[in-house]
Amino acid sequence: MDEILGVFAIEAREQLEALETGLMQIEQGDRDPEVINAVFRAAHTIKGASGVVEITPIEKFTHVLENVLDRLRNGEIEADGEMITALLKGCDHIGALLAQVEDGQTEPDADLQAAGEAIAGTLRAYTGGTQAAKSGKSGLPDEQAGEVERQAGKDTAMNDCWHISIRFGKDVLRNGMDPLAFLRYLLSLGEIAHITTIADAMPDAEDMDPESCYLGFEINFRSHATKEKIEAVFDFCRDECDLHILPPHSRIGDYMALIETLPEELMRLGEILVKSGALTQEELDEGLVKQQTAAKAAAATESPAPQLGDILVEQKMVQPEIVEAAAVKQKQVGEKKAAEARLIRVQADKLDHLIDLVGELVIAGASANLLAQKSKQGTLVEATSVLSRLVENIRDSALQLRMVQIGETFNRFHRVVRDTSKEMGKELELTIRGAETELDKTVVEKIGDPLMHLVRNAMDHGIEAAAVRAARGKSATGHVGLNAFHDSGSIVIEVTDDGGGLPKEKIRNKAIEKGIISASQPLTDMEIANLIFEPGFSTAEKVTNISGRGVGMDVVRSNIRALRGTVEVHSEEGVGSRFVIRLPLTLAIIDGFLVGVDKSAYVIPLEMVVECMELQETAVDRNYLNLRGEVLPFVRLRELFEVPGDKPRRENVVVVKSGGQKAGIVVDVLHGEFQTVIKPLGALFRHLRGIAGSTILGSGDVALILDVQALAQLAASSEERTLALGGARIP
Amino acid sequence: MSDINSGAGAGRLTLQDDLTIYNAVESKRQLLDAVRAAKTLELDLSQIQEMDSAGFQLLVLAKREAQRLGRSLRIVAHSPAVLEVIEFYNMVAYFGDPVVIPAAARQ
Repeated sequence: MDEILGVFAIEAREQLEALETGLMQIEQGDRDPEVINAVFRAAHTIKGASGVVEITPIEKFTHVLENVLDRLRNGEIEADGEMITALLKGCDHIGALLAQVEDGQTEPDADLQAAGEAIAGTLRAYTGGTQAAKSGKSGLPDEQAGEVERQAGKDTAMNDCWHISIRFGKDVLRNGMDPLAFLRYLLSLGEIAHITTIADAMPDAEDMDPESCYLGFEINFRSHATKEKIEAVFDFCRDECDLHILPPHSRIGDYMALIETLPEELMRLGEILVKSGALTQEELDEGLVKQQTAAKAAAATESPAPQLGDILVEQKMVQPEIVEAAAVKQKQVGEKKAAEARLIRVQADKLDHLIDLVGELVIAGASANLLAQKSKQGTLVEATSVLSRLVENIRDSALQLRMVQIGETFNRFHRVVRDTSKEMGKELELTIRGAETELDKTVVEKIGDPLMHLVRNAMDHGIEAAAVRAARGKSATGHVGLNAFHDSGSIVIEVTDDGGGLPKEKIRNKAIEKGIISASQPLTDMEIANLIFEPGFSTAEKVTNISGRGVGMDVVRSNIRALRGTVEVHSEEGVGSRFVIRLPLTLAIIDGFLVGVDKSAYVIPLEMVVECMELQETAVDRNYLNLRGEVLPFVRLRELFEVPGDKPRRENVVVVKSGGQKAGIVVDVLHGEFQTVIKPLGALFRHLRGIAGSTILGSGDVALILDVQALAQLAASSEERTLALGGARIP
Repeated sequence: MSDINSGAGAGRLTLQDDLTIYNAVESKRQLLDAVRAAKTLELDLSQIQEMDSAGFQLLVLAKREAQRLGRSLRIVAHSPAVLEVIEFYNMVAYFGDPVVIPAAARQ
């Protein structure tokens, strides 16, 4: 795909998201003009951008959408659910068109085109039947569609007066030009409704140079012409004079509102004004240059630097109230601005390549370190230790580059919840917390589908029908929540609902029926609830198109496992369910703790290590020990992995904690911290339990990375089982 | 060329030349001298064939200077060229003089 098209697609998607978010806010009763303006602007930006890259189908379609939004903005129509649905469908269609562009297809195929026509038809119903002038615009636009906003006032231009504010430069007369000539030429574009001549700049009689020009004019100009055209009149003296052309006074309110609603981007005050149409880029550039020169002058005299706004007002570029509105806005976006100012787009594969290289660097560094230690040369050891510290820093920074906030993924669910709510006739509300929690981009991309399953399940199976809810004394609106937070080296994502919870008896019966468990198997409530993740398990009494095909939950689990994560469900009947997904922060490199059993080396993720100690020989040959009065189950790696060789005289226990569960891992030797570049195991070892991956040591040997969570569970459950078999049930 | 008749605090200046950038320096001197010389200055611009923005500026300057000095400046006769500029600039009210257009100039 063309690079420019790629950039266009990315930006259009961003705008589309903003558009969708705004529409849903409007639907939720938000009548804030800011929101409507933001929505309109998003649509307009898509249209403009598609025009620039000449993707006519998108441009045309977005134009129809924009017309509806324009009327909405002007208060000519009221937003209702149906209209929002139509608009959202329009968004989807733009998305579909974009997808085709991303595939390198600039013309939509017949199906999509037909679908687009249908949606456009629905949308036109909201624009049609107004003034004759409007109807011309409600159809598909002509070639000049890109100029529509600039000419938006054209229909009513006869009532509109441009405000032209001009101060001629001193040398204009000397250069043989006469302001009169320009102003007379201006008459060829329209009619001067009112002109005020300003000669305040003229100094006292003694100092006045009769050959200099001191004149300025404030002109109310009635014209059909565009701002550019009016500007062009003064082309010959543009460099020498201060020219400001403002749209009519009557629309200042519009501009103010517009400024207040500008999206939170890095925008200097001037740019805000440019965007709001009160200024052109040329004026802004001039203003900025002026501010700089003024700042320099101010620095010289040690007076406070004038604000850009002051200069603009002084120069009559904008009315004070516009500047004020822009300044307020600027303050609001101030903080975020600073962060975004340093934002650059980087292609993901470049980043991946960097991470790969850093991974190799870590391994090579470890190898150098090892050799240095063997050489027993003090200076060399010192040099390599400095080197490895730097490598560690590089590793952390490189990984940080891949971190993105999960909020974007979460926000998509607003739409899902809304649509489902409409479709199923349930009142649903989505609450999002921890949207700023960061995690690896790859993880974010892959977690979308499992989350979708869980959220849909929560809406479909979790939240009861309104009648049932009322009977249970719950509010009619069902609440679905998404929550994310960091917890000991992993990120936890929760999907909660306040619905009916999981029916334990039913699940148990179904599991027995499907042969997943045996009827006599003793299971805790928690274990029963988690049976829903078993393959082929679905308790939905009726299959809807939202969920219930019985392929959901096991797919969810395997997807999450593929990310080295876990998922479990906590549920209370009648109160609600909470699905907890636990994921590693990153997939590439971790801080590890290197241990050894006989000749093999193992790595335990350092974040999960709580403490290490020597294993005291206990009288009972049982797999638990007394950790300061606490029962700590443990596994012996030697036994678990059937490592040959004899036990050493002293064994060590590494106490690990995972998901609130503590366990001990018994090993022979503790080697210490080790930077671990995770290499995935081949497909052959996919079903191996207790091993999460492999890594390469500095010596070139392979070490296995332990799946601590699995081991901890193994330790706990094997101990439980032993106890259960021994007849002593755990309460 | 111009005639200055001053006396009894009242003066009259009739500007003969065009009032343009080409003779602006000279015109400025003339106008200011006249304003300063007389308590009340009557300015006859009926002979002006051409006036540009530079000339217009000088009229504004003269008017302002007169006000500053507490004198009075009245334009007692306009030529069509002068009137056209002053009207275009919407400054008739600023000068506040009765505008009389000679019948001959009207055609």
